[in-house]
Amino acid sequence: MHKTKSGRVGRISAAVLAAATCAASWASDVAQPVAQKINDPARGWDHLWHEVIVDITIIGILFALVTAYFVYKSRRTADNQVGESPTLTPAAAVAWVVIPIFVFLSIDLYTAANGWVLWNHYRDVPADRLEIKLESGMYSWDYTYPNGVRTQNQLVVPAGKPVLLRMTSRDTLHSHYIPDFRVKEDSMPGRVTYLWFYPEKPGEHLVTCAEYCGVMHSYMAGRIIVKPADEYAAWMKQEETQLAAASAPEAPAAPAKAGKPAAKPKKT
Amino acid sequence: MNLKEWIFTTDHKRVGILYLIGSLAAFAVAGIMALLMRAELSTIGPTITSNPTNYNVWLYTHGAVMILGFQIPALTGFFANFCIPLMIGAKDVAFPRVNALSVWLFYVGVILALATFFIPDPPDIMWTGYPPYSTITTGNTAMYSFTVLILGFASIIGGVNFLTTVAYMRAPGMTLNKLNIFVWCTLGAFVLQLIFVPVLGTAVTLISMDKYLGTNFFDPAKGGDVLTYQNLFWFYSHPAVYVIFLPFIGVVFEVISSHAKSAVFNYKMVVYGGIGGIVLLAGEVWVHHLYVSGMADWLRIGQMVTTLMISIPVGLMMIGLVGTLYKSSIAFTTPMLYALGVVFLFLIGGLTGIPLAVPSLTLAVSDTYYVVGHFHYVMAVAGTFAIFAGIYHWFPKFSGRMYNELWGKIGFWLTFAGSNIVFWTMMDIGVKGMPRRYYDYAHFPQFESAHQLMTVGAGILAVGFAIAVLNWIIGAIKGPPAGDNPWGSPSLEWTTVSPPPHGNWPSPPSVAADWHPYAYKKN
Repeated sequence: MHKTKSGRVGRISAAVLAAATCAASWASDVAQPVAQKINDPARGWDHLWHEVIVDITIIGILFALVTAYFVYKSRRTADNQVGESPTLTPAAAVAWVVIPIFVFLSIDLYTAANGWVLWNHYRDVPADRLEIKLESGMYSWDYTYPNGVRTQNQLVVPAGKPVLLRMTSRDTLHSHYIPDFRVKEDSMPGRVTYLWFYPEKPGEHLVTCAEYCGVMHSYMAGRIIVKPADEYAAWMKQEETQLAAASAPEAPAAPAKAGKPAAKPKKT
Repeated sequence: MNLKEWIFTTDHKRVGILYLIGSLAAFAVAGIMALLMRAELSTIGPTITSNPTNYNVWLYTHGAVMILGFQIPALTGFFANFCIPLMIGAKDVAFPRVNALSVWLFYVGVILALATFFIPDPPDIMWTGYPPYSTITTGNTAMYSFTVLILGFASIIGGVNFLTTVAYMRAPGMTLNKLNIFVWCTLGAFVLQLIFVPVLGTAVTLISMDKYLGTNFFDPAKGGDVLTYQNLFWFYSHPAVYVIFLPFIGVVFEVISSHAKSAVFNYKMVVYGGIGGIVLLAGEVWVHHLYVSGMADWLRIGQMVTTLMISIPVGLMMIGLVGTLYKSSIAFTTPMLYALGVVFLFLIGGLTGIPLAVPSLTLAVSDTYYVVGHFHYVMAVAGTFAIFAGIYHWFPKFSGRMYNELWGKIGFWLTFAGSNIVFWTMMDIGVKGMPRRYYDYAHFPQFESAHQLMTVGAGILAVGFAIAVLNWIIGAIKGPPAGDNPWGSPSLEWTTVSPPPHGNWPSPPSVAADWHPYAYKKN
C-alpha cells in the first residue's frame, strides 16, 4: 500500500475546513460544463487514492499513539489497583457524541465529494471515442469493432483516443479488469454495462477477470495493445481486408443479444 | 456427566458449550482449508493439486464455514447463550427447549457443511453463490442452499428466544441502563438477524429452484434478472457483518472493562450512538458490495454516503473503548492482550475500509486482494481475536479452572504476528492488481514472493491458534481451580460459583440501586 508520512499535521484540519466549503464546490463541480480536455480517470484515481491513504494513515497513527499512551500510563501498579472511571457531566457526555459526529461527518462528506467528482469522470465518456462491443464468455474476451472486425483476448487501440467498451456476457458473470487503467466492471447476461479508459501512450496492458466465473477463472486473461495512430490504421486496414475476404459468402450480421437496452453514457 | 445429558440438555450454559465445541470444530476445518489454499498459492501454477475445482471447493468451504459455522454461532450461539442469562440475572432463557432445538439445527448445518468433502460434485460457488454460475455448475448448489437455510433457521429461533429473555427475565432492579454492553450488542445483532435472515433464505431458495425446479428468477433469457440475486444476497450479508461485529465488539468492551477495572466510557454514547447507529444504518449500505456489478449509478453514489456514515457509530464505539482505557488499571492478561489486539487491528481494518466506501476508488481495487485483506482485518483478525479474548475471559467461569497464562501469551503474539504478515501483504499486492479467487496467478508472476511470505505467515497464524485451543483443552481438564471471580468484576455472571449450577444461583439475584456492571470500587 502506498504509505507516505509527508504532510502529517494539517491534513485533518484541512479536511474539516474543506468540508465546510465542500457543499459549494461540490455543487459547482456538478453544474459546470465538462471541460474539453480529457479527464483521465486513472490519473484522478492515483491522486485521490494517495490522498485518502495519507489521510487514513494519519488518523490511524494518531489514534494508535493516543491508545498506546493510555495503555502505557494505565498499567496496573502497586498504587494503581482500580481504574478511576472518571464520570462525565451531562454536558460533557453530550459533547463527546456531538463533536465526534461532526468531525467524522466532515471527513465522510469531504471524501464523498471528492469520490463523486472522480465518479463523474469515470462515467462521462468523451464524445470523441472508439466504441467497442465486448462479449465475455467462459473463458475469453470477444471484442467487436464498429466496422465488424472481431478479435479475441486482444484489443488493439490507437494511442490518444478514449475507448468505450459496451459489455455483456453469454454465460456467467465476468469482470473486465485492466489494472493499469484502474478500472473494472462486471458483465452479465441480459444487461449491458460499460466502462471507458484513456490509452494515452503506446504500450501493452493486462486484462484479467475479476469476478469468479467458473473453474478456469484465473486463466481468463487478455491484452490491450495500444499502437501509435498510424500503426493502428495500418493494422485495421489489414483486418478489414481479411474480414471482407472471410465474410464474402455470408452476410456479417452481428448477432444482437436480446436484453435491456444499454445505459446510455452521457454525451459531452 | 454422560453424553445423553449433554445432547438433550436444555440448560443455557450447556447449550452454549455445545455451540462452542461445534463452532471451534468448524473453525479448525475452515482454517485447514485456508492452509491448503496458501499451500497451493505458494508457487505459480499447480502446487498441491492440478485441479482448480479442488481449490474452488476449499475456497467455498473456507468462506461459508468461517462465517456461518464459526463466527456467527460462536458469537450469537456460545457467548449469547452462556453470558446473557447470567448477565441479566435470569435462571435460564425464556424458551429452553427452543434453545436446545437451535443447537441441534446448528449441528445438522455443520454436519451438512462438512459433508461437502464426502459427496460427489461438492459446491464450488463461493460463499456468495452468484448465478448464473451457481445454476449451471455441476457442483451441488442444493447442498449450499440447505446448509444456509438450516443455519439461518437456527439463528432466527435463537434471536426470538434472546429478545424475549432480555425483555421479560431481567433480575429485579435490572433496568435497561444497567445492561452489560455485550447484552445490548447481542440484542442489536439479533434484531438484524430477525429482519434480514429471511432475505438470505429467499435468495438461496430461489437459486436452487432455478437450478432444479426449472424456474427462471435469475435467467434473463426467460425474463429473470441476474442482479436481483446479488441484491438479495447482500441485503442480508452486509447486515451479517454487523451481526458478527456487534457481539464481538461487545465482548471486547467486557474484557477491557474487566481487566482494566474501569467503567465503560460514556455508556449511553456507546449504546445509543454506537449500537443504535449501526442497527439503523445496517440495511442501507449493501450496494457497496455491488459497486462494480453494473448497479444504477444513483444507488452507487447514494450508498457511498451511507457507507461512509458507518464511520460515525463505529468511531463512537472506538472512542468508548479508548476512553475506558483512560486512567484505568490495566492487567496484561491473555484476554486483555487479545482485546487490545482488537483495538489496534480493527483500527487498520476500519480505516482501510474508507477507500472501499468510495465507488470511484473501488473500480480499481474491488475484487482484488486489497478487499480480502481489508475484510480479514475486520472479520478474521479483529473478530477472531475478540472471540478468543472472550473465551479466555469467561474460561474460569464456564470451566471452573484457569488456563496457562504463559502459553496464552505465546499464542497471542504468534497470531498477532502471523495475521499482520498475511493480511498486510494481501492489501499491498491487492492495490497493485492481484485479483481474488485465483487458483493460479500465472499473469502476475511479480507477486510470487509475496504469496510465499503469506504462506509462511499463515503457518505462524495456525500455530498460534492451535496453541490457544490446546491451552483451553488442557486447562479445562487439569488447570488449577480459578475461584468464582478471578478478575474482580462486579458484573452479575461473576457473582455465582464457577462453573454455575443448573439455575445459575441458589436463589434469584436482585440488584441494588447503586449497582452497575462496571462499578469498580476502590478498596
